Order: sequence, then C-alpha cells, then structure tokens
Amino acid sequence: MSRYFTEDHEWVDVEGEIATVGITDYAQSQLGDIVFVELPDEGVEFEKGADAAVVESVKAASDVYSPVAGEVIETNSALEEEPALVNSDAEVEGWFFKLRLTDTSELEGLMNESAYAKFVKSL
Amino acid sequence: MTVNQSGWRPEMNAAQGAGASPTVTGNRALMLEEPLIFEIGSADRTGVDFADAPAVTSRLGGLERSEAIGLPGLSEQETVRHYTRLSRQNYAIDLGLFPLGSCTMKHNPRLNEKVARMPGFADLHPMAPVSAIQGALAVIHELGEWLKTLTGMAAIAMSPKAGAHGELCGLLAIRSALEARGDARKVVLVPESAHGTNPATAAFCGYKVEDIPATPEGRVDLAALEARLGSDVAAVMITNPNTCGLFERDMKKIADAVHAAGAFVYCDGANFNAIVGRVRPGDLGVDAMHINLHKTFSTPHGGGGPGSGPVVLSEALAPFAPLPVVEKDAQGAFHLVEEETADVHHASSFGRMVAFHGQMGMFTRALAYILSHGADGLRQVAEDAVLNANYILRSLDDVLDAPFGSSGPCMHEALFSDDGLAEGFSTLDIAKGLIDEGYHPMTMYFPLVVHGAMLIEPTETESKAALDQFIMALRSVAARAKAGDEALKGAPWFAPRRRLDETLAARKPKLSWAEESLAEAAE
Amino acid sequence: MRYLPLTDADRRTMLDKVGAASIDDLFVDVPAEAQLAGQIEGLPNHASEMAVERHMAALARQNMAAGDVPFFLGAGAYRHHVPASVDHLIQRGEFLTAYTPYQPEIAQGTLQMLFEFQTQVARLFGCDVANASMYDGSTACWEAVAMAARITKRKGVVLSGALHPHYAQVVRTMAKVTDYRIAGALPAMQPAPDNAGLTARIDGETSCVVVQYPDILGRLPDLAEIAEAAHAKGALLVVVNTEPVALGAIKAPGEFGADIVVGEGQSIGVGLQFGGPYLGLFGCKQKYVRQMPGRLCGETVDAEGKRGFVLTLSTREQHIRREKATSNICTNSGLCALAFSIHMTLLGEKGLRDLAMLNHAQAVKAAEKLSTLPGVRLLNDSFFNEFTLILEKDARDVTRTLADRNILAGVSLGRLYPGEGTLSGGLVVAVTETTSDEDIDALRAGLKEVLA
Repeated sequence: MSRYFTEDHEWVDVEGEIATVGITDYAQSQLGDIVFVELPDEGVEFEKGADAAVVESVKAASDVYSPVAGEVIETNSALEEEPALVNSDAEVEGWFFKLRLTDTSELEGLMNESAYAKFVKSL
Repeated sequence: MTVNQSGWRPEMNAAQGAGASPTVTGNRALMLEEPLIFEIGSADRTGVDFADAPAVTSRLGGLERSEAIGLPGLSEQETVRHYTRLSRQNYAIDLGLFPLGSCTMKHNPRLNEKVARMPGFADLHPMAPVSAIQGALAVIHELGEWLKTLTGMAAIAMSPKAGAHGELCGLLAIRSALEARGDARKVVLVPESAHGTNPATAAFCGYKVEDIPATPEGRVDLAALEARLGSDVAAVMITNPNTCGLFERDMKKIADAVHAAGAFVYCDGANFNAIVGRVRPGDLGVDAMHINLHKTFSTPHGGGGPGSGPVVLSEALAPFAPLPVVEKDAQGAFHLVEEETADVHHASSFGRMVAFHGQMGMFTRALAYILSHGADGLRQVAEDAVLNANYILRSLDDVLDAPFGSSGPCMHEALFSDDGLAEGFSTLDIAKGLIDEGYHPMTMYFPLVVHGAMLIEPTETESKAALDQFIMALRSVAARAKAGDEALKGAPWFAPRRRLDETLAARKPKLSWAEESLAEAAE
Repeated sequence: MRYLPLTDADRRTMLDKVGAASIDDLFVDVPAEAQLAGQIEGLPNHASEMAVERHMAALARQNMAAGDVPFFLGAGAYRHHVPASVDHLIQRGEFLTAYTPYQPEIAQGTLQMLFEFQTQVARLFGCDVANASMYDGSTACWEAVAMAARITKRKGVVLSGALHPHYAQVVRTMAKVTDYRIAGALPAMQPAPDNAGLTARIDGETSCVVVQYPDILGRLPDLAEIAEAAHAKGALLVVVNTEPVALGAIKAPGEFGADIVVGEGQSIGVGLQFGGPYLGLFGCKQKYVRQMPGRLCGETVDAEGKRGFVLTLSTREQHIRREKATSNICTNSGLCALAFSIHMTLLGEKGLRDLAMLNHAQAVKAAEKLSTLPGVRLLNDSFFNEFTLILEKDARDVTRTLADRNILAGVSLGRLYPGEGTLSGGLVVAVTETTSDEDIDALRAGLKEVLA
C-alpha cells in the first residue's frame, strides 16, 4: 500500500482501486482544536480537486479537496462523535472518506512522503 | 471619660489579615455568581398579578395546551435581582472605552431613550390608518432627508433592519437595475479586507465573489481593478474609509471606472463616522450605501442588536428601492407607499424586504441625535473621531507595529499587527491582558489582510484623559507581550470568568438548559 | 457640545502630538474636490436637549397612541401590558450599551441571558433548539424557507394563503435571487383554514410548507394534518407564530412535528413601536442545528472549571464562512430578546397561562358582542385573541372613518390585500388583556353608527 500527499495537505492511501483520504498531521496542527468535520455523502462522485469535505475549528472552516477522482464508498463515522480524532491521530484513525478510484494515473502528480516532508519544511 | 460601650475598636493593623480564602457562596464581594432562571425559578411562581379570566366557552378548537411548557417564573424582586446581577458581568460603553474598530462604540445619549419612549412613538401600531400616524411618518421622512443631505444622495430606503440587511437592499437594487437594462451580470468584486457580510450578501444574491487585491499602502489596487472590470461585473463593494482605517484616495477614479464598465458602486457605510459632515459619498460616485444607525448615529448596541441600516441610493438606483416608501405631498401631508400604490409611483421597486416599515425605535433615537449635533456638530464628530484615532496611533506606534503608520495619518481607526511580539505570543494574549486592565479588547484578527490585526476605533466621545489611560494600559500589555511575560497566557485573571473553552462548546453543543449538567453529560 | 468631550486646548495638544498643524492635515488623503469647504448647507446647527425634546414631542403628539383610544389592531403586532421592571432593567447601561458578546469573559451577562432566552423560546415553541434571535418574524420566515431548501435540496415552496401577506411578500422578494418556486394563495374566507387546499399543493418537489398559527384571520389550523401531508412527501413543515402569548393557551407547533418554527416575539416585552425594532424567533429540530442561521449561545466551562457561556457554532456565520455562510445576518435583536426574556421570567408558566386565558376570554366576549350587530358576521370557528368580522361595507373605509372618531377598529383586509374585492369586507380585530369592556362597547357603538 502506498501513501501520497498533496500540496493542500491531504494524504491518500491506495490499495487496489480503493483510496483512503485524510489530512496530514501538519494540517491538523495548523488548524488547532477540530470541532466538526463535514463529510460527503456516500455515492457522491468527485473530480480531482473538488470540494470534498470541510474541517472546522472554532474560528475557521477549511475546505478539504479530493486528491483524485472517484466515488465515495465509505466515510469515517467515528469523526461524528469525536472530531478530536483528527487532532490526535490525523494520519491513521482520523481518516475522512474512502473512494473507488476512476483513474489511477492521477496519482502520478502527487508527492511521496519524503517529498511532502521537504515541502512542509519550505513553508 | 466614658469607655467605648459598643465594643467596636477600629484599627488598621487588623486589616492585614492572614490572606484571602475562598468563599462558600463563590461570590467575591460585589461580583456575585448568579444561577439560571431554570435553577431558581419555578412554574408556579410569578412576578405579575392578573385578575381572574371570566368564564367563557372556549373557542380554541380543542387545541388547548395541556403539557407543561417548562417556563420558570420569579417574583418581581427576584427578577430584578437576577438581571441586575447579570448586567454587572458585562462590559459596556457606560463603563469604559470600547476600542472596537469598525464598530463605532460611541456614547449612547439618554435623550434618545427618552424620545423613543414617548407614547406617541412607542405605543403606535404600524398598520394604523395613515391619518393617525402623521407624526411617525414625519420622523421617518425628516431622518431620511438628513441622511440624504449628509451623503449627497438622491433617495433613501428606510426599511432595512441592520447593516447586512442594508447591503442586501443595495445589491438587490443593483441587480434589479441591471435586469431592467437587460444586462444581468454574474460577478461582484469585494476587497479581501471587507467585512464578512459583504461577500456573504453578494453570494446570497447569486453573484460569484472575486477578491480585489490591495496595494502595499493598504488601499484598493486601482490598476488591478480596472483590469478586471468587464461586462460580467455587476458591482464593486467598497468600504470607505476602508477596514484598515484608510481613506480610499482613488475612490472617484474607482467609481468612474466602474460606471464606465456598466457596473455599480456599493459602499459599506460602516465607517461613515470618519467623514460625516466633511465628505459626501454621493460626490465620490457611490450608487448605494448603507448607514449603520447603531454606529455613526449613536443608537445603542444592546448586547448585539437591534440595529438599523437605511440605504441611500443614487438617481440610477432610486426607482428600484424597496417598499414601503414614505412620501410628503405638496400640502405637507405624509403618505405611506405600500404594495397597492406601488404600481403608480414605484413600479420598479424590487418589493418588500421586511414586514411593516422599519426600525422606528432607532429612527427616533437617531433623529434626536442628529438634531442635537446639527450640521456643525456632526462635522466636529468626524474631526474629533479622526483626531482621537491618530492620537492613539502616534502614542502607540513605537511599541506596536503599525503597518500603514509611516505612509500618513489614519482616519477614524488605527491598525496594528502582531509583528514584534515574543515567540509564542499573539494578538489574543494582548486582548485578554487588556481585559484585566479594565477594557474590552480591540477588534482582533480583522481585517484579514494584516497578520494578527488589532483595529482600534476610539470614537469622538472619548475624552483626552480616557484616551491617555487606555494608551497607558495598552502600552503596558504590549510591552509584556513583547517581553514574553508568561502571566499573560493565563489572562484574564480578574474577569468574572477566565478564558472559556470554546472547543468544548462547539464539539458538544449545549444550546438549551436541561436537567442534566454539562459536566454530567461529558462523563 | 454636550456629546463632544474634547476641549480646544485638548485638540491643540493632540494635534501637536500627532504632528499636524490643523485637523485638515489629517484629512490629507481625501481629494480636495471631495471635501466640503465648510459645513453642509441647509441643515440647522446643534440644539439643546430641551429644544430637541420639544421638536420630537410635537411630532409624537400628531400620532394616535394606542393607549389613548379604544384599540383593536393586531395582524402581526399586538399590544400587551409590559411590567414596569422590564423597561428599567433593559435600560441598565451594562445591557443597553454592551456590545455583541464576542469576548465572553466580560459578557457573561448577555450570554447567560441569551442561553435562558434560547431555552424559553425552544420550550414555548416545542422545539429542541432556538437561536439568539433574528431581526423580526418576517425575515425569520424567509430564513426558514432558505434553510428548508438547503436541507431538502428542493426548490418548491408552498405558502399557506393565510400567512401574513407581508411575510409572503418578503419570501417572494428574497426568492427572486434564488431558483425557488414560491406558490402562495389568498386566504380562503372560511370559518376554518383550508387544509385540503393547502395539502393538495404539496408534491415531491416541495422543500417546505409554511403555515401561520394562529393565522392572519385569527383561525387555528390543524397542524397535525399538515405535518403528516408534508412529511409524507418528504417536505418540511415550517410554522409561523406572530403572537407568542397564544402559545400559553394552545399546543406548541413542535408537538405536531414542525421541523422549523419561527415567530415574532414583539408581544412579549417589546411593545408596538410602530413596527420596529421587533424580535425574530427561530427554533428547529436538533438534527438541523448546523443549518440554522443566526447567533447561537452555548454552555461551556472556563479555565477554572466554572460554568460559563459563549457564542458557538460560529462557522455557520458570515464573519467566518463569508460566501458560504448560512445567512448574511450579523446583528440580531439582542436588547429585544432581553426584554422578552425578562417579561417571560416575570410571567412564568402560570403567569403566561393566566395571561393567555385573559386574552382569550376577552376576545370571546368581544366576538360575541360585535357579531350581534346587524351587518356584522363573525367568520371564525376557532380563534385565540384575534378574529375576523365580515362587514357589509368596505372595512377599510370603516377603519378610516372610525379613526377620525378616535377609535382604532382593527386592520382591514383591504389594507392587507389591496385590490382583492372579495376580501374587502374583512376586518381583523385583536383583543388583549389591555382591552377593556368600555373599549369593546365603544367599538360596537362606533360600528353600529358607521354601518347604519
């Protein structure tokens, strides 16, 4: 399984044609205490870069974009009760939604872990 | 000599004592804790007396309310005590300076309150026949005339209930004008520094909102704006003076360019206090501007409202003004144009925005204020407001970073950034430290274009002594933030409440009282 | 000048400090051609308190105050007795001159009051939650329609014919910039509201059905039937209440399954005020809370574990969400909410029920007395404190004639629905605890004369 990163601080894990999407630890630290996550409905189809979710802190609402095109097959219901999961474990338990990929070639434009780490350092 | 019989022997040494200990009531002398009415009241207590209702055959159609409602009552005395205690946990203009940028927290004259409560105004029904309400219509008309004259505009819509409602009125008039021309356009341009209501209102009206960039001097980039104007732009929303406290020098050029492109200029009038009596927005090419009566014209903020946002309109937009309209005929009688006669006189009106006629209670207050100041006094208001803000700017720009301070004077508000604060210290810490010094914090983190923005508008109703004391307090807190004083992190220490957990409030919203307490629910 | 504390000496000292020779130097950014050389012409100079008071009192005297004459106007604004303490408490400077409670540590007075207010409104309406107020009932009604459209993602809006015409107009005006389809109607002049006609208009494209309770003619619709019909088609039920005192006597809209309940709170604590400032009430089911417009106050704790209150769920609002906000609203009607809450606290449940029964009893007496007049027919089967009389003459002319005789007889349907000939005999009459038996007799005598 491989993990890719976007410049908007989303990560995406790909296994076969299923992609799991979340936001990075860097992103959650920038947002502060997360109070609510607005997740997409199952069955919705996204293009690459579309508005997919919204993550809210007390004073801000940040858009989360879909790193690749696909259809939403599952969302993380744990975030409804405990949005704080995104703060405590953004990169595993704090995942947002899963997609069925339509075009795996879209992954080519994304960063790997070391490239993302370098990118964050440059900010 | 007769020895002291009462036994009371005053001595100052005794006043040292051993140190404070917590009280059993949770009270701290005059600062009293107060429970909720649901905790102290009950369904069978009441503070009013009614005669018994005569027995009649019910006409309620079998819909009698049988279930308990859950509304506690208190005696009059307990009610007075409850709300008096609550009131003492609020900061207010009556207590001290409110340095809130773009809010114009000026003194609220008590004459206004007296006038608004005259029974001939307060005890008047909006749907009474016009012959019975001539004095009320006269007030609305007179205030409208003053506002049109002060702004140099052709017409006015009095009904919007607040600033944001006024923005809606202005944009709806613009949209109607474009539709009448057969030229519906899709885009509204808004500076990044604008108040959030501007893009929210434009988006509601169905427009796509695009940002207008600012120059390094903090003003609208005229060249960038001119480049962007085109046949798809319906309007530009400008605040002038802008939210950085600076006058848009190119305002007339901006307006000319916008008009040449077939679009309209909406001006957010929140900062009118800086220019009232000295500059008329109509002379600058503005097509529509809302006026916050609860800002420039002294009507009270009331803890968040009510406001009032009449909108002045240019000749081009006047035909589209909403209903109702108050008019005066040749004989001096007043008329209320509602839906029925609109066909004749206001055929292009975009319709009604609100039930009845507008915020009459705010009109009487604002008119009393305007008559009190007069043309000479209002001009002095702007001058003193601008002088006070510049005095604050120059008294603080050696300890706080003023991003536009070196390029000239500000108008009625001074803007600072968080540049220079110690690592880990922020605008928020300065704000909370200021609370302990006895002040409401300044506007923070707005406008968005300056990092850690602190926007200070003293208004003209602060004396020099009041400004000097505020400056001294802010200098001290700023110095502590620059030195990295850890105690600031825990501020406020002396307010009725310490910092409140807003994260908890948003994660587990508890918006209504229930038997179970929040602490229990969290377990 | 009494509101300007700076002296000339202060101004000179301060100009020196800022390095300006005169005040004009501080206006240097304003282009010369835009600046007025002197004060604006044609406007008077400043005036003393006494002079201003005299001027305003003269204008006030030209109005017929409701308390001075027999008074029967309602139609969305009602005259009730407000206890003396209410006005004293709202004039405390710490309430009157306070700001929006964005700095909660020094605004617990306002915030606790709003939390109590929200709870009172929610309970009165039978809703899970209520917000911290909107401008008034009509704009709250529009916001409810917009909220229903957001929730259901549908475009059809069905307005009851007996919804206040101003409220219907506001919805139509606001809807012009959306793609909602608004279907309204005129009130059916029947003794009972036309539920069949209303429910027949609901279909699979309807986002909400808006019903007023009590309605514009004072009738009490059966909300259970409408709720069932709406929910069966996947639409929301929005109930509008313009007389909250009624809810001390009749079942709450929430009991019937209303999804959103909005209203005008002016009756309680606020007064007639010639139409404003008024008080928009807004309540809804818990599951819709994130779609609610307006400010919300929530409970929390401070750093020492003490209970406190803060504005919350702010990410719905314009100052954070900007273009994506649920509404553009910023200011609410805070001081009016305070007046409402104080009055409600003084009433308590028992007081509210007693007040409601007094209103209803007096209205029943008035309806009986007036409907025995020749040329007058009572329309309503059911009513609370407002009912419609059908006169054999044009009711609007009648109200004008009676006003000239110092009787404010009610709101004519001709005024509410100009040009609708079939409604021209309708007169909407409101009766409250402030209406005396003498007032009713005076109205009866006046009508008798005018209809003869």
